[in-house]
Amino acid sequence: MTQSNRLNGGQIDRAQLLRFTFDGQSYSGHAGDTLASALLSNGVRLMGRSFKYHRPRGPISAGSEEPNALMMIGDGARVEPNTRATVAELYDGLTAKSQNAWPSLKLDALGINDVFSNFLTAGFYYKTFMWPRAFWEKFYEPAIRKAAGLGRLSMQEDPDCYDKGFLHCDLLVIGAGPSGLMAALTAARAGARVILADEDFRMGGRLNAETHELGGQSGADWATATLAELASFDTVRLMTRTTVFGAYDHGVFGAVERVSDHLRPTGDTRPRQTLWRIYARRSLLCAGATERMVGFANNDRPGILQAGALRAYANRWAVTAGLRVTVFTNNDDGHRTARDLAAKGVEIVAVIDPRAEAPQGDWRVIRGQVVDTKGRLGLKSVTVRGHDGRQEVLQVEGLGVSGGWNPNVSLTCHQRGRPEWREDIAAFVPGGTLPVGMAVAGAAAGDLSTHGALRGGAEGAVASLEALGISAKAPELPEAEDAPVQQTPLWYVGEGKARKWIDFQNDVTVKDVKLAHQEGFVSVEHLKRYTTLGMATDQGKNSNLGGLAVMAELTGQTIAQTGTTMFRPPYTPVAMGALAGRSVGKDFKPTRLTPSHHWAEKQGAVFVEVGQWMRAQWFPQLGETHWRQSVDREALAVRKSVGVCDVTTLGKVDVQGRDAAEFLNLIYANGFAKLAVGKTRYGLMLREDGIAMDDGTAARLAEDHFVVTTTTANAGPVYRHMEFVRQCLRPDLDVQLISTTDSWAQYAVAGPNARKLLQKIVDPEFDISNEAFPFMGCAEITVCGGTRARLFRISFSGELAYEIAVPTRYGESLIEVLMAAGEEFDVTPYGTEALGVLRIEKGHAAGNELNGQTSAAHLGMARMVSTKKDSIGAVLTRREELSREDGLRLMGFEAIDSDTLPAGSHLFAEGAAHRPETDQGWLTSACYSPHLGKPIALGYIKQGGERIGEVVTAANPVEGTSVKARIVSPHFIDPEGARLRD
Amino acid sequence: MLIPHPILGLRDAQEFTYLGDASLLDRPDGMAEGASEAFHDYLYLRDNPAGEHRELWFHEQGDRSWLVVTRNTLTHEITKAELARDVALARRGVK
Repeated sequence: MTQSNRLNGGQIDRAQLLRFTFDGQSYSGHAGDTLASALLSNGVRLMGRSFKYHRPRGPISAGSEEPNALMMIGDGARVEPNTRATVAELYDGLTAKSQNAWPSLKLDALGINDVFSNFLTAGFYYKTFMWPRAFWEKFYEPAIRKAAGLGRLSMQEDPDCYDKGFLHCDLLVIGAGPSGLMAALTAARAGARVILADEDFRMGGRLNAETHELGGQSGADWATATLAELASFDTVRLMTRTTVFGAYDHGVFGAVERVSDHLRPTGDTRPRQTLWRIYARRSLLCAGATERMVGFANNDRPGILQAGALRAYANRWAVTAGLRVTVFTNNDDGHRTARDLAAKGVEIVAVIDPRAEAPQGDWRVIRGQVVDTKGRLGLKSVTVRGHDGRQEVLQVEGLGVSGGWNPNVSLTCHQRGRPEWREDIAAFVPGGTLPVGMAVAGAAAGDLSTHGALRGGAEGAVASLEALGISAKAPELPEAEDAPVQQTPLWYVGEGKARKWIDFQNDVTVKDVKLAHQEGFVSVEHLKRYTTLGMATDQGKNSNLGGLAVMAELTGQTIAQTGTTMFRPPYTPVAMGALAGRSVGKDFKPTRLTPSHHWAEKQGAVFVEVGQWMRAQWFPQLGETHWRQSVDREALAVRKSVGVCDVTTLGKVDVQGRDAAEFLNLIYANGFAKLAVGKTRYGLMLREDGIAMDDGTAARLAEDHFVVTTTTANAGPVYRHMEFVRQCLRPDLDVQLISTTDSWAQYAVAGPNARKLLQKIVDPEFDISNEAFPFMGCAEITVCGGTRARLFRISFSGELAYEIAVPTRYGESLIEVLMAAGEEFDVTPYGTEALGVLRIEKGHAAGNELNGQTSAAHLGMARMVSTKKDSIGAVLTRREELSREDGLRLMGFEAIDSDTLPAGSHLFAEGAAHRPETDQGWLTSACYSPHLGKPIALGYIKQGGERIGEVVTAANPVEGTSVKARIVSPHFIDPEGARLRD
Repeated sequence: MLIPHPILGLRDAQEFTYLGDASLLDRPDGMAEGASEAFHDYLYLRDNPAGEHRELWFHEQGDRSWLVVTRNTLTHEITKAELARDVALARRGVK
């Protein structure tokens, strides 16, 4: 197809021919085109189907406010739905498809909705799909969703990458039209750090779309010259294709830069988009204004555009929506469209203006209103009613509509701004409390002339910088257009029975607003939700005021009294990928590796994610085909001889200071003041509400030095809590904390031969015999001929056991040394599964038992909570319900005639019904015990201590499983602890 | 939000974790008479003001200071940020 609707001039590069397809059909355009301008140049006006009625639609705008021309751009996994053709930069090889139409855009089956539109008015879904109730989830909702969606996702993984970045500036200028450019220039010349951001790929705003001269040169040339000067400053950052989409607290802005969307076919490897967080000391909103449509019958046909958009297509892109055009306007600005298009050789059939004082030109001006249009897939004619009552039909392909201009106030409302009505321009302007440090200039502030924009930008920059103590001077302003706003408000035309669209995107008409009012929805926020007016990506940009005006008329109030709904971020849609940035897949969170990780990999270990950590789960050996074989072997080896396990992931906090012992006395429920140097003690940490927070050990290395350990999962929260206690509750204590989790590599060496193994690597001057270094001993030692180490005689497995720590950089060496030294004892590396088996057999609580619901008494540790001192949580853990004698107790359970005993099962008395009111507790942790040769578990059960030997039912009523189990002591092995002390 | 850290200057609120009402600084004496009641009030009874609120923030991704931040819950305006340690020490002095 040829570009039949291409005019002369324009800011496109005719030397560069770009080929693209739309719905499989090939077209061509030029560099500088948007997809919409290129399609219009090829005579294509039909670009989409509306959301609800599937009405044929074309673009109404030339900017990001576009509600109609939404398409799927790209192929395969890269397809992006709901892309606005009016801002999509054309590139060679672009493929676009229409959406919300089947089988084709011209012949859409669901166009039937349009015929039944009388039934699909406001609140249709609420009223119709009420009964029968059961139908909603299974039938109505899926059917509605299928019919109503717009674009479709590719359902494939996003192949592109996205970045995040941070920027700081003195002045952020949002929008690079005349006011933004002048503001940036003023600030740049004053030496301020300036960011100028504009959503367009070409800066200049309306200067590129108008024929006004600035100081004797074209607006576009003035913009180009000004940008060249701005680019010469090191302190200025010019950001094209960058939408500032949200204004957040304290001068923080969100912006998305489309870095390489337009470069994709070139194989550009940069991130597709970058999400910027901009910290601006001051900001100046120069976001311009959006032209509003007028409600009249069938005002949504392809070929009907904002008058300003029609003009922008002609001036910037050298394109017209049709070769015979008319304009319907209530203000002088609309007449400029006729002037500019006529200058490009487009036939202006007439300008229709209801005002008596309409300006005259070299074309026919009809005093009257448009009352109907024709042309289902594209405008063919408009019907005009003159003020003298005469009706006339004009054969045209394009209609420009101007109902006046609305300042783009969105960003002023993202905090506490509430727009104010200005009668002289019949529009809302920024009002209320603006985001901190924000000022508004140009059309966004209601200054709708070019001169007003230039002046506002310069003055706004001077004032913003003055507040920062930077002295700036407004440049001399070029001579520019300064026409006053001349308009008579016209929101909709009364005549005509056909629908008059207010919100094109959500298919809301004047009639819908009237119906909502009739049904009692008079608050604007209710009106919005009932009719969906201004919802979704429109956020009121096009539709808001039209709806308010109709509502105001119906309620007999002024528009100012009616008020406006809120504009919320984002200003335009932001891709989820941009918000996620690099935090996807395996990079969603950091991966932490233990010091023995690479060694374990070489042994063929199977790993498991534990929070951010990767831990060895078990070490399969040749011939082992099931994980249980490996785990049983590892657990038995520990009990028989000796095993080694990397326990570096446990949290470690170094506590130092004269008052360190008093500090531990406060954070632990049990006493620490009297712990001797060289000794370690188990500590139970409660939350202030009496629930167990964590447990671990504290080793006293010196009078004023402890090392505290936490569980892996709670390393962060416990450290935060300890700092809270130190800084907020006891700032008088002399105590310092530092997390040393990553500083020390730590291994458990457990089993009857643990000491013999360690004696081979501990330097001979350190005596670790049972007498010299008994159970719960701790010491700073050296190993392997002088390497610093810490040794703790503590046991999680119930065997003779130690934990040995060396500075992290020696961690990988230490595991190799331990394995070599242990060869004569058949030392066995064991993973987290065997670790779990060993601790369940011993009856040690872990994360499953410390689940945020259990008190000291539940754990069987009520007597550990010292009454002789004050400690966190001690008072409230004694509350009646948390400490009752017949409450839950941690017990052991052995399966009876069953090869499973599933954790999570609930416990019931034998023969009792399995109901919440008969529930007596639950199993927290379970495993197969190779030592006992049967499944065992830990769990909480009411009055557990008095019920040893009783048989109960462990049931999962959801899955229908039920197993018999005997209540036993939670210490399945060595309840007296003889092995520990051996 | 930006929090004016008394030592480090303006820092993004993302670097902090939030705890809640600064009244948590006034922990009752666990050994005193009526401690149970006092702890109940301390732990569960909070004001929920629409306006000025003193609250605890932890600079977890920073210098690990606990701060008492005075913030307006309606406008998010922050009028003061102090080291919780200093606030707590001053309160102890009053007692």
